[in-house]
Amino acid sequence: MSTEIKDLVVPSLQAHTGQGLGTGNPADAFVVEPARARTKKTPRRTRTNFEMLAWLFMRLSGVVLVVLVLGHLLINLMLDGGVSKISFAFVAGRWASPFWQMWDLLMLWLAMLHGSNGMRTVINDYAEKDATRMWLKGLLAVATIFTVVLGTLVIFTFDPNI
Amino acid sequence: MPAGTLYRGREGMWSWVAHRVTGVLIFFFLFAHVLDTALVRVSPEAYDSVIATYKFWLVNLMEYGLVAAILFHALNGLRVVAVDFWAKGPKYQKQMLWTVVGIWVVLMGGAFYPVLQHTLRTWFGG
Ligand code: HEM
Repeated sequence: MSTEIKDLVVPSLQAHTGQGLGTGNPADAFVVEPARARTKKTPRRTRTNFEMLAWLFMRLSGVVLVVLVLGHLLINLMLDGGVSKISFAFVAGRWASPFWQMWDLLMLWLAMLHGSNGMRTVINDYAEKDATRMWLKGLLAVATIFTVVLGTLVIFTFDPNI
Repeated sequence: MPAGTLYRGREGMWSWVAHRVTGVLIFFFLFAHVLDTALVRVSPEAYDSVIATYKFWLVNLMEYGLVAAILFHALNGLRVVAVDFWAKGPKYQKQMLWTVVGIWVVLMGGAFYPVLQHTLRTWFGG
């Protein structure tokens, strides 16, 4: 174990940088970079509020998803025999009602966009190389669009007499 | 702990780790789940055969795990919303986490039979 640091005061400017700590603690090397470090490439002002809107969307969609997802689990996985009752006929019965079609459609869109935006955050946090980050986010975008389009088509083109 | 790190341990960090792990897990499941449901467009037989795997006891047990992950993520997500939007949220974040854990334990107890009834009835009759 390296030396214990007692009552070290770091100016707020350096709160997340670990630079200039001069503690000799090798763990300083792992201290995260400040989230808002400005470089020559940083634009002076961003054009949109995209990140703020994404942050807000996570919270709003989350609240709606509590009802949609927990309701879905209750009806499909718990009530009336649990998973025993699931079959093509059961799906046909539920999608005969526009109400449940809309429920599933909204749940699909919100959960995919919420989950995919959350995955974007996770990728941004852990993929350090620019190229890796770009490829992972490209793959994520393709998978998300594919899933949302496929799911939407399935709900709208469902044919009980197939 | 290095003085400048964001990873501070305790309730705040661990609930964030759990929220992240459950979120990623649910996302991968959702992807698979949309694909298996899409089989209703192929044929009733194709759909029913993939649903048969959902009824296998080990997969049924994993469904209980999925419910556990979703319930934690949902309840803790409401806590995150409260921390961000309620003036006293940050002050009570710890109490709210233990409330979340308490509700989660009760609901998981309540979900045990409903979710696992397929396997339990196959094994023990009834
Ligand atoms: C059931 C209701 C849900 C609620 C209340 C909820 C709430 C939240 C909130 C508030 C955040 C933002 C956390 C932050 O910014 O620190 C979040 C993140 C996330 N959620 Fe959800 N969510 C729900 C369902 C889902 C579903 C269905 C998925 C998957 C498809 C999902 C995947 C994620 C992921 C991957 C993250 C990012 C985690 C991170 O950045 O650490 N969530 N959730």
